[in-house]
Amino acid sequence: MNLPILSVRHLCVSFTTPDGVVHAVNDVSFDVKAGQTLGIVGESGSGKSVTAGSIMRLNNSITAETSGSVVIDGVDILNCSEEQARAIRGSEVAMVFQDPLSALNPYYTVGYQIAEAYEVHHPNASKSETRKVVLDMLTKVGIPNPEKRYDEYPHQFSGGMRQRIVIAIALVNKPKILIADEPTTALDVTVQAQILDLMLELQRETNMAIILITHDLGVVAEVAQDVLVMYAGRVVEEAEVNSLFASPTHPYSWGLLGAVSSLDEHKRGQLRTISGTPPSLISIPSGCAFRPRCEFYEGEDSDCHNRVPDLRIIGGLSSSSACHLSDQQIIEIGKSKVLS
Amino acid sequence: MFLFITRRLFFALLLLLAVSVVTYLLFSALPVDPAALTCGKNCKPDLIAANRVRLGYDKPIVEQYWLFLKGIFAGRDYGMGQAAFSCPAPSLGYSFAQHECVTTLIGKTFPVTAFLSLGAFVLWMVIGVGSGAIAALNKGKWQDRLANAFTAIGVSLPTFYVGLLVLFSVVIWLDLLPFPRYTSPFSDPVQFLNAMILPWLTLAVLSAATYTRLTRNGMLEAMNEDFVRLGVAKGLTRRVILRKYVMRSAMVPIVTIAGLDFAALLGGAIITESVFSLPGMGKLSIRAVVESDLPVLVGTTMVAAVFIVLANVVVDILYGVLDPRVRTH
Repeated sequence: MNLPILSVRHLCVSFTTPDGVVHAVNDVSFDVKAGQTLGIVGESGSGKSVTAGSIMRLNNSITAETSGSVVIDGVDILNCSEEQARAIRGSEVAMVFQDPLSALNPYYTVGYQIAEAYEVHHPNASKSETRKVVLDMLTKVGIPNPEKRYDEYPHQFSGGMRQRIVIAIALVNKPKILIADEPTTALDVTVQAQILDLMLELQRETNMAIILITHDLGVVAEVAQDVLVMYAGRVVEEAEVNSLFASPTHPYSWGLLGAVSSLDEHKRGQLRTISGTPPSLISIPSGCAFRPRCEFYEGEDSDCHNRVPDLRIIGGLSSSSACHLSDQQIIEIGKSKVLS
Repeated sequence: MFLFITRRLFFALLLLLAVSVVTYLLFSALPVDPAALTCGKNCKPDLIAANRVRLGYDKPIVEQYWLFLKGIFAGRDYGMGQAAFSCPAPSLGYSFAQHECVTTLIGKTFPVTAFLSLGAFVLWMVIGVGSGAIAALNKGKWQDRLANAFTAIGVSLPTFYVGLLVLFSVVIWLDLLPFPRYTSPFSDPVQFLNAMILPWLTLAVLSAATYTRLTRNGMLEAMNEDFVRLGVAKGLTRRVILRKYVMRSAMVPIVTIAGLDFAALLGGAIITESVFSLPGMGKLSIRAVVESDLPVLVGTTMVAAVFIVLANVVVDILYGVLDPRVRTH
């Protein structure tokens, strides 16, 4: 079958800060296959972006402590030379950032910035060849009048257009994996759909894998095949997208899905929330990190308080959950939550 | 762009005119009789009166100002008959204390100030930007702490103190250099360097502190920018990222401040020149203050103002060149 193009195993990332050690990512493992889209959801500070950064080894090497492995097409980017890592960045894996306003270098023309990304991995390309590639790319991402806009600066573009440029930079080397870190969060709602469509269209064309980091469950439902739900630096649920929405298997996922506002008549009323706040990553609660906010918490003497739950496949479903409740309980409560 | 520059230059001229009015009126309002200062102790009333007419101080203030302004473009004649003399254009007046045209005095002293400023400027940019970059690249390590200490000391120490300290330690106690005596670099380059090295270092080290901090903070700020992360994600080398992404954005404020600092220095480094007895424009200004030599004061003030106003225009233009966001309205 289709072998994974990216394998993340036991990824842990911590940062040393003046206030203490921040455990941003704890023991995260997952696979991504070519042509597939993996959604990573979770609230701010759940470790989504740091996970994404680790895949390209972008985290600040002075303050970040990283362990585990990230294997891209046979090379472990976390344990290879800087030279090898640089060869992978931009050519095998590329990234689209949240805020296209700050992701582009304001001092250079957009054409130059795309060309730069191409030239660094094609050192023998001629000037005219590079220019042609860049113009093709601009056309492909839907920039009208590319000849003219090649020499314009980022501030002369609208937000959506800038995100198209960032996508052009990411895709100019036809990477096998695209990491999109909240690519539509900073954009107008109407533009969001266009950008997602563009990414999916380019995915069909090149069969690349996409890792989509978002807190928008609607987007995940629309584009992803698999989903990771992260909480306090850990994966708490891993599921196929249909399974997540039909029978979610973790109390945190129940909360997340319950908090989605709905246009359905019978679900109107006050928006449901998850009570409490996410834990500080400097002092993560013992046992299950979600327990202070969990309505099924079983008290101080239970596993919830004393043992970190492992991710395990829930019987009969194509999902894994890191919860101490029994499979049966999980399936029953999950169904009732979806129906309510 | 052309229109922008013309407009800026026009307003710069207007500003200089305003500066000249204010300076001229301000100094004329001082409770000194310029004519009485022309001949020192053995002045007789009739000589004072004669000198007053000769130098034009008998005329109303508005006419005096007009003659001053006209002198800049057309030169100026003083006195009549045998005692007549003239200061050719651009004339900034006549120094009654030193008995010379102000323009000539400035012409003599300006090269000293220019050499001093230029050398110090190059040194402090190298020291400041260099140490700031090293500090930023080694954030939190000993290099960074050293640079921070240097910044704190450099910003808080006054020039006259450091200048004297350097002069005493290097020249008098350690006897490493002869006492600085200024010579033109064209007649004796070695003695020129001997005289300039200490003032250069004094000015440079103290001014560099500001640039160390600016460079360090600018670079650290830039390193946190998303576009730098995108640069890394493209697979660019560290050198390219530092040069095109980090330095480029840290440079913009540095260029602005460097331009203005350099211009301010060209107007005369009063304290440094005094400490090291360099016959520059700063020294000329100080002497003029002590002797109430009003024309010289007006002259040096105007020259300094020209540099500052010009630097502002140049910095504005450079700003547009460096930052494309400023270029398009």
